[in-house]
Amino acid sequence: MADLKPVRTYLGMPLYRPKTAFFELSSCEGCQLQLLNNEASLLDFLSLLDIVNFREAMTEKSDEFEIAFIEGSVTRSDEVERLKEIRKTANTLVAFGSCACFGGVNQMKNRLGSEWVKKEVYGDHPVESGFARPLEDIVTVDLKIFGCPIKKKEVEKIIINIALGKAVVHPVYPVCMECKANENICLFDLGEPCLGPITRGGCDSWCPNSRFGCWGCRGPADDANIDQLREIMKKHGFSEETLRDRLECFGGFSKYTEAFRKNPEKKKEGK
Amino acid sequence: MIFKVIKKEELKHLFDVLAAENRVVGPVEAGRDSNGRPIYAFDQVSDFNNICLDYTTTKISAKRYFLPYQEDLAGFRIDGKDWHKKINYNIESPYIFFGLHACDINALNKLDKVLLGSVYPMPYYAAKRKNMFIIGLDCIPQPYCFCRSMGADTALHGFDMFLTDMGGQYFAEILSDTAFNFLKNIKTAEPAYADRMRYIKIIAEKKRKFTVRVDTTDLANILDMEFQSDVWKQWGEKCLACGTCSQVCPTCYCYGVEETVNINFHEAKKTKMLYSCNLIDFAQVAGGHNFRLKRDARLKYRYYHKHRGFVEAYEESLCVGCGRCGEACLAEITVPAVISSVRGEES
Ligand code: SF4
Ligand code: SF4
Ligand code: SF4
Ligand code: SF4
Ligand code: SF4
Repeated sequence: MADLKPVRTYLGMPLYRPKTAFFELSSCEGCQLQLLNNEASLLDFLSLLDIVNFREAMTEKSDEFEIAFIEGSVTRSDEVERLKEIRKTANTLVAFGSCACFGGVNQMKNRLGSEWVKKEVYGDHPVESGFARPLEDIVTVDLKIFGCPIKKKEVEKIIINIALGKAVVHPVYPVCMECKANENICLFDLGEPCLGPITRGGCDSWCPNSRFGCWGCRGPADDANIDQLREIMKKHGFSEETLRDRLECFGGFSKYTEAFRKNPEKKKEGK
Repeated sequence: MIFKVIKKEELKHLFDVLAAENRVVGPVEAGRDSNGRPIYAFDQVSDFNNICLDYTTTKISAKRYFLPYQEDLAGFRIDGKDWHKKINYNIESPYIFFGLHACDINALNKLDKVLLGSVYPMPYYAAKRKNMFIIGLDCIPQPYCFCRSMGADTALHGFDMFLTDMGGQYFAEILSDTAFNFLKNIKTAEPAYADRMRYIKIIAEKKRKFTVRVDTTDLANILDMEFQSDVWKQWGEKCLACGTCSQVCPTCYCYGVEETVNINFHEAKKTKMLYSCNLIDFAQVAGGHNFRLKRDARLKYRYYHKHRGFVEAYEESLCVGCGRCGEACLAEITVPAVISSVRGEES
């Protein structure tokens, strides 16, 4: 167990700087890079954690850590072993970004046939790569941080709450809530599809702010009414494929898309 | 009340006088939908030509100017052994609204009852609402407007001046000294008999243009009786629990408060965020118990607050019939359809 030394106080309460490690499995490492992006708050951010392993930022490594942030999905057997090892050490295991939470963009290949994908991606130098799976298929995940990529601001807030010992909560409402607060024109009015009504908020309606429909990178909101969105998409003239492509893009809706595939023409899924 | 007629070209002068030293908010075209129809929004305007005085209804109400979606309420900062508190009502100078329809003025009047008239008035709202200068504007009822059913198709107070388009000129009702004084800057005339008759005719014509209505007879009682009605389940099945209806509504005022600590741990603040009773955790309390876990229960309470609870407290509904919630709802849940289903009417 790491030795926790209070470094600073807030209102007389000691703050802890947990030993933290960042790991990546199969991913683009974009989420980790995102963390280093906001230079204005970078030093403050780094000072909150005692970072012992961060490939994007430093070279020396340590096997002692409290919190493990793991980016990426699991695609190979050696990653399965690594993940289990990390779980043994970590008090808190954080699935960091949509790949780790849901399989992410990687999991699209699960439906495409692995030989074809391997050839397309690696050409004549194939590497071992199986189905892309979320971390929780293999180990217990204590905390999920959604997004492809994650939002730096949100991660900062989470780390601050960890330092204070406060509960970490995610928005439970869908993207529409934030989209309306930003007074965007609804993409359905513009004749475009959008997964905002069923996708977990917290991104501040990142895509609709630039007039792009949401692709659901944060997975389902707490009370996502996917059957109803299916009806809405149909009414607005979008095909079942358009909806499925979006639902399948990041893996957050896998539970539902499998049901869709089984009942492509059925109007309502049984509850 | 004082009445005047104002030639159309004079209105630009009035705008210029007002805009010279004030922030003016008016209806503008924010874009076009996929059918080429304009989409209107309230925005700050500095050029009279950008105001769309013939606008239908803005997609979203003007509420960000008096009930911002997000607002920092209070905060503090620690400086060594000292600390400072920060409270800001978030308004530097009053707003002038140039062209609010009657429903939106009535919405402000309703909000006043709750946010100014209650035991604990809300200073953040009061600071923005007091000194607001409002020019009302008549309108043509749209297929989704049912303000007449809600008694909100005419505004009797809550504005400084109200304009009715009579072709080449406006008929102006002047309610406040401020408006009277501003009007000294432009040419106005006393309405002649013919002008007054014309005005009466226009008002009467407008009343005939409503195509949708909500029967509010005994509605509070009917809602009470039909609390267990199956129709709630049907609507609940459609609802996306997205909160859009409340976000666009000019009278929804519910909010949540979040406390955050700055990353340098020297500062902290309380932030208010508008919320909606249709969101899943609206009735969740400490310990995690949720009194309204199901969508139909939450949707029902949106209607109960607007059309029953508020009526019992204030003898009027908390809905002005602007139709925005129904227009914005992707699941096509509209007030007229919901109320008529509760009343057992064929839709
Ligand atoms: S654009 Fe998308 S997120 Fe925004 S309101 Fe419309 S459906 Fe919701
Ligand atoms: S709008 Fe949708 S796809 Fe875009 S960042 Fe937000 S959740 Fe992800
Ligand atoms: S009634 Fe419509 S707008 Fe309101 S939460 Fe339900 S789906 Fe969203
Ligand atoms: S409930 Fe709907 S119709 Fe009534 S005031 Fe609000 S947005 Fe307008
Ligand atoms: S309870 Fe619902 S309907 Fe009433 S003001 Fe709040 S959000 Fe609006």
